[in-house]
Amino acid sequence: MRPDLAVSIAFVMAAALNVYVLLGGADFGGGIWDLLAGGSRKARQRSLIEHAIGPIWEANHVWLIFVVVILFTAFPAAFSSYMITLHVPLTIALIGIVLRGSSFAFRSYGAEEESAEEHRWGRVFAVTSTVTPFMLGVCVGALAAGRVHLVGGLPRFGFIGSWLVPFPLTVGGFTVALFAFLAAVYLTLETTDPELRDDFRRRALGAALLIGVLAAVAALLARSEAPRVWHLLVAVSYALPFQIATGAAAVGAIGALAARRFALARRLAVLQASCILWGWFASQYPYFLVPDLSVHTAAAPERTLRLVLLTTIAGGAIVVPSFYLLYRTFNKFREGNE
Amino acid sequence: MAVSLAFHIVFAVIGIAMPVLMVAADWRWQRTRDHVYFDLARQWARGTAIFFAVGAVSGTVLSFELGLLWPAFMRHAGAIIGLPFSLEGVAFFTEAIFLGIYLYGFDRVPEKLHLAAGAVVVVSGTASAVMVMSVNAWMNAPTGFRLERGAIVDIDPVAAMLNPAWGTMALHMVVGGFVAVGFGVAGIHAWMLRRHPGDRFHRAALTLALGMAAPAGIAQPISGDLLARHVVGHQPIKFAALEGQFATEAGAPVRLGGLPNPETRRTAAIVEIPKLLSLLAYHDPNATIRGLNEFPPDQWPPLVPVRIAWQLMVGLGTALAVVSVLALWCWWRPPGPPERPWLLRLLALCAPLGFIAIEAGWVVTEIGRQPWIIYGVMRTADAVTPMPRLTIPFLAFTTLYVVLSAVVAFLMRRMVLRAQVERDERG
Repeated sequence: MRPDLAVSIAFVMAAALNVYVLLGGADFGGGIWDLLAGGSRKARQRSLIEHAIGPIWEANHVWLIFVVVILFTAFPAAFSSYMITLHVPLTIALIGIVLRGSSFAFRSYGAEEESAEEHRWGRVFAVTSTVTPFMLGVCVGALAAGRVHLVGGLPRFGFIGSWLVPFPLTVGGFTVALFAFLAAVYLTLETTDPELRDDFRRRALGAALLIGVLAAVAALLARSEAPRVWHLLVAVSYALPFQIATGAAAVGAIGALAARRFALARRLAVLQASCILWGWFASQYPYFLVPDLSVHTAAAPERTLRLVLLTTIAGGAIVVPSFYLLYRTFNKFREGNE
Repeated sequence: MAVSLAFHIVFAVIGIAMPVLMVAADWRWQRTRDHVYFDLARQWARGTAIFFAVGAVSGTVLSFELGLLWPAFMRHAGAIIGLPFSLEGVAFFTEAIFLGIYLYGFDRVPEKLHLAAGAVVVVSGTASAVMVMSVNAWMNAPTGFRLERGAIVDIDPVAAMLNPAWGTMALHMVVGGFVAVGFGVAGIHAWMLRRHPGDRFHRAALTLALGMAAPAGIAQPISGDLLARHVVGHQPIKFAALEGQFATEAGAPVRLGGLPNPETRRTAAIVEIPKLLSLLAYHDPNATIRGLNEFPPDQWPPLVPVRIAWQLMVGLGTALAVVSVLALWCWWRPPGPPERPWLLRLLALCAPLGFIAIEAGWVVTEIGRQPWIIYGVMRTADAVTPMPRLTIPFLAFTTLYVVLSAVVAFLMRRMVLRAQVERDERG
């Protein structure tokens, strides 16, 4: 069998989205912890977050743009339908993205240290860092629930009803919790200060608990609202090892945090987040939009697909080593305790 | 979308041209070890960081808005024109990565590598602009597909990317960016030099900025001529609208000033220069220019705004070209620009002109293409989303951008003034 172009590109997109969740998601998470900074080390927590994400957040953010561009090039019909149906939550997310990026730059480069102005931009950054992933999560929830569906060019469930229902909202909350978890786990390795490290260790454990609760709520809601997700959870034979892997990674990450094995916790957190994401992809496959747009029916003509794949391979050859250099430069591979 | 683009275009050109100055200053520092250049590189890097961040997030908005506002356009155009977008994505990725290394790497990365990272930012930033322009050029000169009974068939993304308008439009845009940013920066430092005559920091800054602005300022009318000659051949309606040309005419004049009247089908020009339009468009004083009367009015763009924008762009471009020549002349016959108060005052006045010209040029190309979103293929009205109450997001984004622009302007002003105070304190 010839390798399937459309599926290969969907795979590349899924991988890019995975990277975005692990890196860009953690940057959002940093903003969430900025919002929730507290206790006697409030200022130090915020400063750690700012230094951790400063050099890398813009590059991390490009993964999202990359996914969108590949989506509208290779699967224009799916892109077009998403954008019509999810207009409202995406617009809110975009306003969040603009305000968040701008306020972060204003705070880092414009304002004076410790000034009221810096504080104000910090608040904007923190609030939008929470709202944006929530809205993006809502969009994912709406997709997973099959509510993104056009009939006669108009959303079947309306411009609001497509997403403003319990399951997508729960997924939005879950996304916020997941990003906060990732960020807290990474932050334990960004500092040598034992007090700060412990702050984020406790925060990571709290977020892990919230993830568990929201996952349970989402699973219950899935039964009525997202039958495909429910089906995958209970009925498919290959789902079980996958779920065991996700659960083991989650429990393992909590255990590693409890045992202060931070580098191990980071690996397991990455594995856990990736498993969750690929679980969603699996429930979606082969559909972009259940039930009428699949990877194949939404795909652009073969010539376009071939060029997109070539571009991503050639682009990857440039971007991936550059990314490695960026992360090396700013010590992002540190394994802790030096 | 229009508002987002009008906003993004300013930040994008600054994000492309500012690194050139930043790297030039850094390079001078490494060559001369004159601390003035080190300060300058740092200062410009701080400015670049803010503009790049705002430019990057507003660019994200655009990539979504393509679909949020024009889902039907993207459904058809995505497969045809996504290739340059994908390449732009790669270029932009590279730019963001190396800008991170550059901005945060002043004390972390070996000097040579640091400068090289800056150079990568310059190259990839320019490349991403060139790629995006391919898309806009394609909307004006759609190629790479065939229409068969209303359906798009035989898609060839490479042919679409290499559409005939690309080269000239990309050149005009990139050079225009260098002009606008060069004069913008030169204007700021000229203004500061008026207040602090002889200040070495601002002298160095002015010299580097003019070094970019003046050659670009002279090149820009030439690239404009190339582009106009392309438009006259490919989009005669647009060209006729720009020039207020109603009748088809051999040896057509250039009309300076005056607005077209669609009722009487006449343009009341203030000055007419006989035969010049034919000469410019075809390099032949007796060539025939096709007028608007040849085409049905429902294919005309809105005549008045297009004409105003066109005259503004050409007028400002010409003015900046003249200033460029003056600046070069002052170098050739010293005293140079920093020693000439009248030139400094003139440069300070010119600071915003390049940006106004870019916005005007953007109106010319976008409004001039109406009523089409894909010239001759799809009308704008057929591409818009079915989503009701679009005025709400429109107002939200407009407010957002107005506020952000004001904040950036405020921060820049304060950054320049404060840096001055710091240098004065150090002596």
